[in-house]
Formats: sequence, C-alpha cells, structure tokens
Amino acid sequence: MDRIPILKLRDLLLVTIQVDMHDRLAMQLQDELTARISETGARGVLIDISSLDIVDSFIGRMIANTAAMARVLDAETVLVGMQPAVAITLVELGLTLPGVRTALNVEKGMALLESATGQAEDLPDTDAGHTE
Amino acid sequence: MSAATDAVIPRILKTYEAELLDEWLREQLSAFRAGSRISESDLRTQSKEFLNLLQQATEAGNITDIQGPSYGRVRDMLGDVSRARGLQGFSPSETAIFVFSLKRPLFTRIRKELATDADSLATVTWSATELLDKLGLYTTEVYQKSREDVITRQQEELLELSTPVVKLWDGILALPMIGTLDSARTQVVMESLLQRIVETGADIAIIDITGVPTVDTLTAQHLLKTVTAARLMGAECIISGIRPQIAQTIVHLGVDLGTVTTKGTLADAFRRALEMRGQRERLLKPRA
Repeated sequence: MDRIPILKLRDLLLVTIQVDMHDRLAMQLQDELTARISETGARGVLIDISSLDIVDSFIGRMIANTAAMARVLDAETVLVGMQPAVAITLVELGLTLPGVRTALNVEKGMALLESATGQAEDLPDTDAGHTE
Repeated sequence: MSAATDAVIPRILKTYEAELLDEWLREQLSAFRAGSRISESDLRTQSKEFLNLLQQATEAGNITDIQGPSYGRVRDMLGDVSRARGLQGFSPSETAIFVFSLKRPLFTRIRKELATDADSLATVTWSATELLDKLGLYTTEVYQKSREDVITRQQEELLELSTPVVKLWDGILALPMIGTLDSARTQVVMESLLQRIVETGADIAIIDITGVPTVDTLTAQHLLKTVTAARLMGAECIISGIRPQIAQTIVHLGVDLGTVTTKGTLADAFRRALEMRGQRERLLKPRA
C-alpha cells in the first residue's frame, strides 16, 4: 500500500506527495503528520504538492485541514508547488486556505519557514524568495 | 404524390442534362457578372457534378427529403461548394444563387414536358420548388456555419494575442490587460498567468487593468479568483490601473476586493512589488 513519507530535517518536517492522492491515503497522512508533529515538536511543516495534478473537493479539504491542523499544533505550515489547475480548482471549490502560507517551490518554502520559525526578524510573507 | 409525377424530375434531369447545364450556367454567370471570383470552367465542373448527383439522388425516390440517405453525396458536394465560397468571400446570396438559379431552366423544362397535363405540372413544379428551396437553404446554412467557424477561430486567436504576460523584473510578472474583460477572456488570462508563474517562479504578479473600459461583477469575481489562485500557488498579486469609474463600479456592485493590494498606476505597483522583494534600495542606489 502507498504511504507518504514524512521526513524530519532539523526542526522541520517535510512531506512530499508524489503519488495520486486517494481518500484513505489523505486520512492516513493526516493521522501520521499530526502524530509526528507532536512527537518531534517540529516548528515547521513543509508540504510539497507539486506532483499533484488533480484534486477533488475531498482532497482539497484534506489539504486545507492538514495544513490547519499543523498550525494548531504550533507548527508553521507552508504549502509549496501547487499546480495552476489545482489552484483554480480549489478556488472554484471555495477553498481559499486562509491562514495557510504558500510558496512556489521547496526552496522558497524553506526560506519562508526559516524566516517564520527561526530568527526573531519579522519578515512579511512575500520576502521569502530572495534570489539575489 | 404518385410515382409517375415523382419520376418526372429525374427523367428531365437525365434527358436534358446538357441543355439544363448550359442554361443554368448562363443564369449563374449573369448573376455574378460583377467581379466574378470563379472561372467559368470551374463553375461548369461544379454545376455538372451537382446535376449528376442530383439526378442520381432524385432517381432514388422521395425527392423532397434532402436529409435522407440518397441525398448524402449531394449534401456533401453542396457543403463543399458553400464552404469554399464562404472562405473565398462570396456573399450569402452569391452562394445560394448556385442552387436557386437552377429554378428557371428546370421549370422551363418541366413546363415543356408536361404542357398538356396541368395537374401534374402543378405537382411537379411544387416538388421541384420544395427541393430546390431546401437545397438552397442548406447551402446558406453551411455558408453561415463556415463563416461562424472563421469568426470563432479568430476570436480564439485574439484571445491568445490579447493576454501577454511580461516579465518586469526578477520574480515580477506583469499582465497588461486591454479591452473588455468577459468571462472567457478572464479565464484565459487566469490560466496563462498561473502557467507563467510556474514557469518563471515569480513571486509577484501585477495585473494592470488600465486598458479595461468596464468591469462587471463577474469580471471582478474572476479577478479575485485569479488573485486567490495565485496566492495558493505562493505568488502575490497586485491590481493596478483601476480607473475612477471602475473604482466606483466595484464599490457600487458591492465587490469586496478586501485583501488584494491595489495601486493607481503600474509604476506604483512596480515600486510596491520591488519593496516587497526588498530590492528597492538596490534599484535606487546607482541613481544616487
């Protein structure tokens, strides 16, 4: 059975969804991720959905919920690499994911997480992507 | 209608083929004398083929049912002629005349043939009229359809042309929109913008609507959706170039632009975008 790996990197957790999400897998991910966050006391969670091409209303809600749960457990959550089609679908479904940070790719997502969890510097969201 | 009168038309078409063709051609040529766009020999070939096919089709019986299987080839041929004429820029009547000009020669022949039998003359004339009218309408329909296809294709091309996404700076995209925004266009805009965000990895997109004359609720809704979708992907949007009238409309319509950053001009939006990227100082330094 498919399983979505949750990697720990210093005080961050990395989740890369690389298989087609189906309902059970999404539920399982939610369980495991919340368990891992409380276990490790992670400060940040990065969820990479760049290979997710199709979402339905359930998966959309699961993504939104997972991100919201991680935030409740005091881990900053960044959703990275959403595909245009997925973004359009979520908006059409009315799932605008308020309060969830987003970034274009893993690199920018990591920068965003580091600035949000690490230093006391209070950087606005969009300053995450220094490319200089 | 009896089988006897039904057989008159195919018989006439067969017996007087050459005469009909000549008379018909004369009719057609006199109809399009002005700036004829089609050569006489082409016209002759087309007409001959059509008469042949029509003869075969009428022979199969049920002569006024042009949707029937026996008329398949006639329909195809007429369709080709109408489409070709539509693309060559013929007017609808110039296209329909192809069929309608056959009336006079055909009716003359029918009258000669049935001169002594007024009853069947009326019947046959009626069915010939019905047949030619239907065929004529069919050409017009196909003509119309081919023109509509051209229009649709051009609209699509226009859609693609009118939504360029330009890169202003490292990580800053701009989308200058010109012309009326309808739902279809905003949809294309949304898709091409999001696609470009993925391709370029830009953090900030500026949607400039200086060239947009009016905004309605649906358009505003689409703009908001675009902004939200871009945000979901991790890019921030700034809307610039909102004209006073549009600002009034947006407020009157009760559209909530809430969390969207709006700026008066593209320049302001660009400045804001650079600030957001923390690159403003770097930009201004060389000037000082």
